[in-house]
Amino acid sequence: MTINWFKYSAPSSFYGLAGKLIPWFAWPAGVLFCVGLYIGFFVAPTDAVQSEAYRIIFIHVPASILSMIIYIVMAGYAALGLIFNTRLSSMMATALAPTGALLAFVSLWTGALWGKPTWGAWWVWDARLTSELILLFLYLGFISLQASIDDPRRADRAGALLAIVGSVNVPIIYFSVQWWNTLHQGSTIKLSGTSMHIAMQQAMFAMFMALWLYVIAVVLMRVRSIILERERNTQWVTELKEYQQ
Amino acid sequence: MSWADFFVMKGYALYVWGSYGVAIAVFVLEIVLVCHRRKISIHQLRLMRDAKTGI
Repeated sequence: MTINWFKYSAPSSFYGLAGKLIPWFAWPAGVLFCVGLYIGFFVAPTDAVQSEAYRIIFIHVPASILSMIIYIVMAGYAALGLIFNTRLSSMMATALAPTGALLAFVSLWTGALWGKPTWGAWWVWDARLTSELILLFLYLGFISLQASIDDPRRADRAGALLAIVGSVNVPIIYFSVQWWNTLHQGSTIKLSGTSMHIAMQQAMFAMFMALWLYVIAVVLMRVRSIILERERNTQWVTELKEYQQ
Repeated sequence: MSWADFFVMKGYALYVWGSYGVAIAVFVLEIVLVCHRRKISIHQLRLMRDAKTGI
């Protein structure tokens, strides 16, 4: 049996596939989000040192990790688009950027609200916080650079260069707590294991999966609009049933 | 623990609810914007078609 791996790299076939996939990511995301909140607030015990303030971790850590993962995926798609000139890869990069920016914002916002009661400051110019702020600016730079160029193919290429160069920042964020002496605490979850209470781990895992699935669903929704906007002069778009009505 | 105690969060209510409240609001806003963008894209396509056929 031969599988045509390139079938879905065409925007016309991916458009339909994405539409079918969205509910399969969106509903589990909603359910897992509720499960994560329930475990995080009603099952996980109060922290001995940080009392109830630590519960911010269940939204802060997943949002922060995903803001970095999305950047890497975005830069990867942008690079594919640049090298192979594949339209869909560039559209995926464009679709990922706003969600990445949003999660970087959530990471910084929840971090500030966690920093105030635990460190006594909303913000410090520490390596971890500063590099995450740069990540937000990279997303915003990518979005505004693409928006400022009228020709979509040129916008793709310019954005791709920015995304690829900016990806140096992601390992800097990740390792900042080891490389520099930061106010931000080190990683709670490492490859070698964690010292967290089991219910805290479950809440964190559920929230992480919920946000991940949410990101996939919302990015697929956005890329479908981008496909319609960019492919508006093609035959297949005029044959779509949403357009016929 | 009562519901009142739960919402007070041992004095950390502002920080905990401020985090979750804004995060959830931002996600809801993103969903609304993405749905709105889809409506606009389809509307634009129909306008283009109608302009072509001269309706």
